[in-house]
Amino acid sequence: MKLLIFAATLLTATMALAAPESDSEVNAHKAALDLAGAFSNEGFKIRDGHWSGAIKPHEHVLIAVNLYAGNQYWFSVGATDTAKKLAISVYDETGKLVETESYNEGEKAAAGFSPTSSGQYYVMVDLVEGNESSVCLVYSYK
Amino acid sequence: MRRVRRSIAIMFLLGCCAVIGAEPNRLPADQMAKAIKLDSISIPSPGELFAALEKPGKPNWVGQMRGPVGMNYKNRAQIALNLGGLIADGFIAVEAKDSQQVKNIGTDIIKLAKALGVSENVLSRGNSINEFAENDEWDALQEELEATQNEVKSSMQTHRDQDLVILVSVGGWIRGTQVVSAAVMQNYDERAAKVLRQPALVSFIQSKMNDVSPEIRNDPLVKDVSTELPEVEKLVSFPPGKAPTADDVKKVNEAVGKIMTQIQAKEPK
Repeated sequence: MKLLIFAATLLTATMALAAPESDSEVNAHKAALDLAGAFSNEGFKIRDGHWSGAIKPHEHVLIAVNLYAGNQYWFSVGATDTAKKLAISVYDETGKLVETESYNEGEKAAAGFSPTSSGQYYVMVDLVEGNESSVCLVYSYK
Repeated sequence: MRRVRRSIAIMFLLGCCAVIGAEPNRLPADQMAKAIKLDSISIPSPGELFAALEKPGKPNWVGQMRGPVGMNYKNRAQIALNLGGLIADGFIAVEAKDSQQVKNIGTDIIKLAKALGVSENVLSRGNSINEFAENDEWDALQEELEATQNEVKSSMQTHRDQDLVILVSVGGWIRGTQVVSAAVMQNYDERAAKVLRQPALVSFIQSKMNDVSPEIRNDPLVKDVSTELPEVEKLVSFPPGKAPTADDVKKVNEAVGKIMTQIQAKEPK
């Protein structure tokens, strides 16, 4: 019995460390990659890393990224069908809103800009319309 | 009546000031402090750093390559740090378009990854790196190198080696910064020098290093690297938009060079 409890605890701990993504997060990742793929045609390289998680209506998540002056960046977000409208905005390290080019279509949205200063930036993802959804953020650079 | 009018005017003015002071387009500090920070997205890849470096002009990438890295390390922390550095070397070889060097580095990456007991999935990446290098597919190679790095980290997490993940990132960042600072020193350009500014990134790396288990934290090499990081953070904390001078760049290069020497040392302390 003790062995069983130990094995169950070990399995739970391993699963927590590996933190596998849910099916809806995988779908959101696909949607984000699909959108980011469009920028690849213009020479942007997609980072292999991403953030994914759940977001409720009118809530937002804020993700810190570290960017380099001279590069151009596109942040692409994809969500599951329950999201009807997403928005992305970018803030600099002082919290000031950065001017970006933006794209928005249903469960996908993107924001692009070229930082003039290297350092930390914050990407805010908002679920403007729709029900709670899994969302994924990827970014591309060139 | 005149007093009432004056009060209304004062209240209106105060209201206007409050609206102006609120700055709706500015994030509050407490929100920024709570922002999600992840190894996989908050730490830039060496490829991203090198892309920014070559905007003002292509550096001498071949001149930035180094000799083979030791493969016989026994200490797991040292292997993880060197693995990160080696992945950064892979990106340099891709920038230099040296397919043989890419293949050699790919083989070494797999050797070090094997020494850490990572999964078979990572090992198959070695074949892909070779194939892409044979066919001069440089963009695909960059993606494959980053994917290899992430797969190594993911395998570490699955094998409960979470603490080693940050060490791979640290090794990559230090090697990348060493190369960039050396390239800027060779041919100083303000725009290229600006890529060295990354205070928040070094601060994030330090916080992750503080979170590792006492066993790893007390490893003599990890201790040495952690001790040097606050100094590196100071050296890369230039004011936003201001380029570091050639002398500032030299200081960064010396600081990260010192750490790289410790990481590469044949005999760990």
